[in-house]
Formats: sequence, C-alpha cells, structure tokens
Amino acid sequence: MKFDTPATTNPIDQLKVVGKPTDRIDGPLKTTGMAPYAYERHDALENVAYGYVLGSAIAKGSIKATDVSRAKAAPGVLTVVTAQTAGKLGKGDFNTAKLLGGPDIQHYHQAVAVVVAETFEQARAAAALIKVDYERAKGTFDLASAKDGAPPAGKDNPDTAVGDFDKAFADAPVKLDETYLTPDHAHAMMEPHATIAAWKGDKLTVWTANQMVAWSRGDVAKTLGIPKDNVRLVSPYIGGGFGGKLFIRADVILAALGAKAAGRPVKIALQRPLMFNNTTHRPATIQRIRIGATQDGKITAIGHESWSGDLPGGGPETATQQTRLLYAGANRMMKMKLAVLDLPEGNAMRAPGEAPGLMALEVAIDELAEKLGVDPIELRVLNDTQVDPEKPGRPFSQRKLIECLRTGADKFGWAKRSARPGQVRAGRWLVGMGVAAAFRNNLVMKSAARVRLEKTGRIVVETDMTDIGTGSYTIIAQTAAEMMGVPLHQVTVKLGDSSFPVSAGSGGQWGANSSTAGVYAACVKLREAVATKLGLDPAIAEFSDGRVKLGNQSLPLAQAAADAPIVAEDAMEYGDLTKTHQQSTFGGHFVEVGVDAATCEIRIRRMLAVCAAGRILNPKAARSQVIGAMTMGAGAALMEELVVDKRIGFFVNHDLAGYEVPVHADIPHQEVIFLDETDPMSSPMKAKGVGELGICGVGAAVANAIYNATGVRVREYPVTLDKLLKDMPVVA
Amino acid sequence: MKAFTYERARTPAEAASAAAKDPTARFIAGGTNLLDLMKLEIETPRRLIDVNGLRLDKIEATKDGGLRIGALVRNTDLAADKRVRKDYGVLSRALLAGASGQLRNKATTAGNLLQRTRCPYFYDTNMPCNKRTPGAGCSAIGGFTRSHAVLGTSEACIATHPSDMAVAMRVLDASVETVKPDGVTRSIPIADFHRLPGNTPHVETALTPGELITAVTLPKPVGGMHAYHKVRDRASYAFALVSVATILHKDGSGRVALGGVAHKPWRVEAADSALPQGIKSVSELLLAGAKTTSQNAFKLTLAERALGAAMAQARS
Repeated sequence: MKFDTPATTNPIDQLKVVGKPTDRIDGPLKTTGMAPYAYERHDALENVAYGYVLGSAIAKGSIKATDVSRAKAAPGVLTVVTAQTAGKLGKGDFNTAKLLGGPDIQHYHQAVAVVVAETFEQARAAAALIKVDYERAKGTFDLASAKDGAPPAGKDNPDTAVGDFDKAFADAPVKLDETYLTPDHAHAMMEPHATIAAWKGDKLTVWTANQMVAWSRGDVAKTLGIPKDNVRLVSPYIGGGFGGKLFIRADVILAALGAKAAGRPVKIALQRPLMFNNTTHRPATIQRIRIGATQDGKITAIGHESWSGDLPGGGPETATQQTRLLYAGANRMMKMKLAVLDLPEGNAMRAPGEAPGLMALEVAIDELAEKLGVDPIELRVLNDTQVDPEKPGRPFSQRKLIECLRTGADKFGWAKRSARPGQVRAGRWLVGMGVAAAFRNNLVMKSAARVRLEKTGRIVVETDMTDIGTGSYTIIAQTAAEMMGVPLHQVTVKLGDSSFPVSAGSGGQWGANSSTAGVYAACVKLREAVATKLGLDPAIAEFSDGRVKLGNQSLPLAQAAADAPIVAEDAMEYGDLTKTHQQSTFGGHFVEVGVDAATCEIRIRRMLAVCAAGRILNPKAARSQVIGAMTMGAGAALMEELVVDKRIGFFVNHDLAGYEVPVHADIPHQEVIFLDETDPMSSPMKAKGVGELGICGVGAAVANAIYNATGVRVREYPVTLDKLLKDMPVVA
Repeated sequence: MKAFTYERARTPAEAASAAAKDPTARFIAGGTNLLDLMKLEIETPRRLIDVNGLRLDKIEATKDGGLRIGALVRNTDLAADKRVRKDYGVLSRALLAGASGQLRNKATTAGNLLQRTRCPYFYDTNMPCNKRTPGAGCSAIGGFTRSHAVLGTSEACIATHPSDMAVAMRVLDASVETVKPDGVTRSIPIADFHRLPGNTPHVETALTPGELITAVTLPKPVGGMHAYHKVRDRASYAFALVSVATILHKDGSGRVALGGVAHKPWRVEAADSALPQGIKSVSELLLAGAKTTSQNAFKLTLAERALGAAMAQARS
C-alpha cells in the first residue's frame, strides 16, 4: 500500500482500541521473568558454551603478537578466536570500525579475541591469560584541538544557507554569540549487547538484542561473508537500546565465530566495563550559535555551527538539524564540521542531532530572551514559523509548538517565575524555573507485516518489528484489533524475527507510526480477503464485535477461516508527502530546580512535558516513553559524561559507578500532557513519534532553570556543581 | 577470576592464622567490594576465608559507656541501632548516605573500613597503577582526577578512600580491634588505621598480614549536635565529592572530619580547636598543604562551603 495522499477517515478513527491507555500485553511476561531475552534463550537451545570478549588495551596502533597458548590450555576452554584465526571478515554497512580488531587497532576496547569455554567464569579467567603485545601509535583524542581545520561533515550533511547571515548578524541591534559544549554520552541501557549464535551446517541463527532486524541480518552476512539467506536473526525482547542496538556489535560476530570454531552454540554478553569503549556512543559537540534580533525580539539572523569527531569513515553528530526548522529568521547559516578522532566510534543515541543540538540552541534562546528583556516563551512565540524557513513553500504538516508552550506555562505556574535570576529561596535551596522547546523530526519508514485470521477467530500478526521496551507489541495489537474488529486479547503479536516481513524497526522515533501503518496495510488486505470469502463487499463491510457486517447481514469473522486460515501480507510505503510537508513533533519542557546555596548541589524539583506528536496510539506507553526520555535528559543535563583521557584515548569512567545516570532520588514528580492532535500527513495512523521528542530540550530546560535559580550560566554540559561554585555568591 | 580455595573459619584466631599461611589470602564477609575486584582480577586471592560465621555481629555496651560494634554488623543494622541513632547520630547518617539499601544489607562494619578506592584507573587493569602493581606508576596523575584526593597525596598515588562510615568513625575517635595470627589482640586508633599513600599506596591500613578486625569500638558518647553532609553529583548511590562529619557543641567547640579528599578520613585536631573562630579558620587548618589539579581544585572551595552547610545543619 502506498501512502501518498493525506489520510482520510479510516477504521483506526473509531478509536475503540487504539488511543486507549492500555497496559502492555507483554507486561506479565516481563514482570514474571518469562520474556526470553537474548542471553537466556533456554527455550530455544541447549548445550550452549560461554564466550568472553577481550578488549584492546590501547586506543590506536597494532598488535605485534598474540599468545593464546595459556588461555587455550586453561580449564574448560573450547576455543579462542582472534583476527588471525577468524578467517577473512568483512565490515557491516552500519559499522565504522571493525568488530574484531587486529593487527590494526582502531579504538580502546575494540575486541581482539574471544574465549569460548564451558562456563562463563572459565572463559573470563582464560581471557585474562591472553598476552597481547601491542605497538602504540599516536592518536587524536581531543575534539577541542582537532576542531580547527576539521573538514565539512560531508555530502550527506551539507551546509545550508538562506539570505546573508553575516550581514544580517552584523547589522542586528541585539546579538548573541556563544559556544556550548556537550560531552560524549553512553546509552547505558540495562541489558548489555548479548547474543547466542548457533550453526546448522552453513546456516546461522543468532538470538540477539537488536533494534533493526533487517539491517543487522544484512550486516551479519556481510561481515561473515555468507549469503543473507543463511542468516536468521531473532530479537523479540530487548532490554533497552536507545540507538546502541541499531547495529550489530562484537557480541554477534564473535558469538558466530566462536560457535563455528567450537562446534557448539555460544553465548556472549558484553561485560559492563567493555560497553562504554567497545560499542557506540553519542559524540561530543562544540557548538557556536549566533543569533541576531531586532529590539522587539524578531530574529533576523540565525547561525549554528557544530563540530564533532569520529573515526575515519564515520559521521557527525547532526546538532544543527533542529535549528534549520525551529525558528523563523530570514538569514540563516548552518555548518557542521567533522574531525577525525581515534576514540570509539560515535553513532546514534536517542534523538541524535536534536538532543545535543537543543541543549545548545535552547540555552541560546534563553540567553537572547534575557538580553532582550522578554519572557523566553514569548520570544519563542514571536519567532514561530508554520513553514520550513529554508523553503517557505513547504508548510509543516502540524505545528503546535505555541500551544505546547502556552499549555505548559499555564499548568506549570510559569507566571510565578522570577525573571531576575537568583531571587527565590526555599530553605537551603535557591529555586529556579526553566523552559525549552522540544523538537524532533518525524521520520516515516517502509514497514511490512503479515496478518493471519485463524479458525478460532484469533488474529496473528507477524513482523520483524522490535520492542525495545517501548510498547510495540501493544500498539501493534491495538492496531490489528481495531482494524479487524476484535478485542485486544484476541490478537497475538510476534515480533523480532528475520523470517517475518521486514518492518521499519525501532529507531529515530519512527517505529510506532511506521510499524503500525504496516500492520494497517496488511489488515486492509486481510479485510478484503475475509469479506470476499464471506461474500460481502470489502469496500463497505464493517468489522466490529468479532463480526463482519453489511446491511442486515452479520457473520462471525471466524467463519471466513472455517476451512483454512486466511493470510494477508502487505507493506506501507511512502510517497512525497514528506517532501511537500515538513513533518516534525513538538513540545515544551518545563523544569524547576533547587540549587544548594552553599554546596551548589543541583536537584530537580518538578518536570513537565507537553507534547504535540500526532495521534497518541497508547497514552500509557507514550507517557512511559516521555518520562523515560525526560529522565535521560536530566542525566545529560546534570551528570552524564564519558570522560576522555586525552593522553591515552579512552573513556575513563567505563562502568556504571563512574558513568552516573539518574537514580530514583534524582527524579521527582514528572507530568506529561499530550495535546489532542492527529496528523493526516504522517500515515493512516495519523500518529508520529514521541520516544525521542521526550529528551529533546530537557537538558536546556534544566540548564535554564539552574541559571534562573543562581544567576550563573554554564555552557558546558553536564552542569555539575564545580562549574557553578566559582561564580556562586557566598551566602550565609 | 582465578581459582581459589574457600573455607569457613570457626574462630577469629583461626581465621587469622589461616590467612597468615598465604599472603594472597583474603577474608570475605559481605563481599560487596571484594567480589567485584576478584572478577576484574584486581584481587586474586588463592585462599578465601569466609568470616561470616564468626558471630561478630553484636553491638554491645562497653564498660566505659561506649559501644563495641562487631566486625560483621551489617551497615543497615548499625545505622538502625537505637543507641547509635541516639548517641552517635553522625555515624548513622554517614552509613545511610553510603551505597544503596541492598549493599548496606550485605556490607559489614569491618568490610566498609577495608573497601578499596574507586579510582577508575585502579579498576582498569590495562592502566598502570601503583596500588595494583607497586612501582608501575600512577595513571591517574595527569589524567581524569576530578574525584581524586587533594590532601595527603604522594607522587605515587592520589586516590581517595571511598567510605562514608569511616569519616564518622574518625570524628567519633573510634578504635579498631583486631586479632593477629598468633592470637594476640590489639586496638588501633582509627586515626592510625588508614595510611597515607606515600611510596607504598598498596599498603592501605595498619593491619599486618593475616590480622583480622573483630570489632570497632566507640568511646562513650560526647553529646553535641551531629551532622553528616555528603556532596555528590546525584542524589543517591554515588561516592562523595566531599563529605563533612561534624559534632558541634553549644559552646562552639566540636570536631570535624572530611571524606572524599584523601586516602583516609581527614581530620586535623588543630582545626577542631579553631571551630569557635569560624569556618574560615577551620578550613585553613583543615585544608593546609592541599595539592590540587585543575580538575579537583574545586574540592577546596566545596569543602569549606560544605563545612558551613554541615555546621548550619548541626545547629538547626
């Protein structure tokens, strides 16, 4: 099915099942520990050996020699695989560095060997016996010093310009010119990358934790040099991904190589201390923002330049992305530069681009508002645009940013905020409020599904879509139930298997809308087949209450499958609506913080997000997505930083004691409001994504609240107390 | 993790004597730190002696009006003990500021004193570390040092001691009771228990090979207002950037010790004497001789400010 004209009324609009705050249907499996996660597929196979990955001890250089003899002789060891013994390996389309290093080493903790043994402990002990003789090479590890002379970010990320930015900025009566720093971030999901691999002849099955089944199946085949048809990838349950599991990592390839060498299934979970340097991360940025405005606050010039770094062949953190679209202004300039850094490879993490981009832009807007002496919400309202500012002929499909900010201001008590910072005291706490706009583009991806009506009337949906904790199972079941006119419990959803039709997968907050649209398409086909079978006109037959009705006729749905199940498969594909209309999601984040007047400890007191993101398919699951994202945004604002040791070239704080993420005590009451909205340009579901919108702008709202509380402006994330101390007045 | 033998000791003296037979031997109680270190092969005992059965889990009154805390009393139980809460509030508060509920349920009084630094370079066996391999060099110096020590450091090591409990014990003038392999017992003042790194940062305490902690004794209550102020980047489950333990009397006299700034809980008796003169004087004496890096210099300002906050808290 092709979606190339705006959606009109369709069965989803009944909202009998879709749009309800439904408990997730996979919840009981998870709360009882019965959901089979990748490392624990006791249901799928037995006699599994354990693999343990050894990471490189240097950041850049080469391996002169590897002695695995002691490891091989260690108790319980079945095999040791290194680049020397692995045979020829390719590299996946979505990987920058090789997943098994040697002789060249590209980054710290790049895998250099895997030990396979009867037990986990034996494999780990033996890995420590491998002696690797390295030759270090000089690397580049410091973005700040690599920044000058860094080339443009490449043809996929061209610079953009409208009007004459330089002149307009020079002429502007009010100017802001500041530089903001965001550090490298780790996904730090609860479940590490984990895989069980098993060979049957030349056919490989991997049970793994992966967000993008089809991409990753292709990359497994490409890396191992085997036909794609010989790879089955299974990933039904995922303990958090946040972009870290969009691609295959060392666990998949080394489990496959280990299993081949050992002649047994092998399981590998990347040990936590390896996660931070072995896998991907959100790259650090240096962002310069210049905004020129008239005295009454109209933006006349807006420029955003961002520098980030990656290994050769990698990509930039696209931190200027939102600035192209968020505010009006006739003269515009966006530039991205990409330095070569020999740190672990950078890649997508929840809202790549916008998350760090808004951490800078939305502080800049706060600063500009103060310069102008206007309320930061009013400044945003004043510079709202309903069209793409680079292509004014291209309207937004929906844009309710102003409503989000106004609603939030009202609910949050924004009017009580003191415009002058450092004025509100509650006991030992200096209290402040901050706001930021949330913005994240809405992406649509082709997505297919297979739907089957069984004899019993049960509907079974199969698609390789993944549920990374988001609620995909539930919204897909809701979609099928709505389309086929059956109650939710009459739908079975099977996900995350490469033997199912290829879906959009989970990433870029495209999963919910795209995957349900694919299920919609398949259900439209199934409805046709069912109606035809029952002798009813498919165009006007109505599916409800487990029956198919037309005029006076009403037949049980199950009757259509009395002889044999009916199967329908289709995909939703997209036409030009994303070109003719800019599709984005919007929100407003409101934060109140307390800053200890003596020690500068920062604690969030209240958070509110107001989101406008099309139809909300399941308000309960969507709320969970947004509060999770707000929590992640709070972490980015206050504590999360992969610290680079610029001498050695690695992230030093590579465990969860060193890389702090928020704990319960850090997160107070969080409120989420969804504006009532449908977007007929997005898909027949009229939905968009919220999982990334929720993090976009949070960091800036926190930073702005800290400024409002203290009068100290910090432009280098995370905003930790040491950065406030020196400028904080001594108070009694 | 390397292979090791495991045994359960029946008496403290037996445990000590068993430990003396192998220089790599380690006692295990709660295991909240040791097991992590063994998995990373930072600790590689050939012999593990389980002391959990030694019945050292009582909190008893001493003859001179103090408290004798068995080495195996769990942090949770110690923090909740009525006598501790009433007379040694700073200790209860320090305990509750540490780790998480689950860890406190396992962690013991002696184990808490013996936990090792959280320096990230210490935890990464690819990085040279004088604590792990004497003479190998210190990777932290010149590297990421935001959480590192500013007082009592050496060219060999700038690690901190991570305990909160020990800071309170220091301000309470606790003493550590031990038994040696030959059965001889002794009492070590807490001030002398933890060592500064010097040239031997791998030697962290005054304990001799095989020597087992049996109890920690608190002198009779000194009264006063007790406060423990722990400053950290997140609200819970994080090590202190700086912590302050204080006992303050109505006449302005009192005691103060700092955590998160040195290889041991940091107390300077002369600084205690300066308390009536105010925070500025106390800080000057307490922080005298500090040696900072660009990343951890903030700890001096923070310590002074945290001290002020703790004093205010104690007075309120």
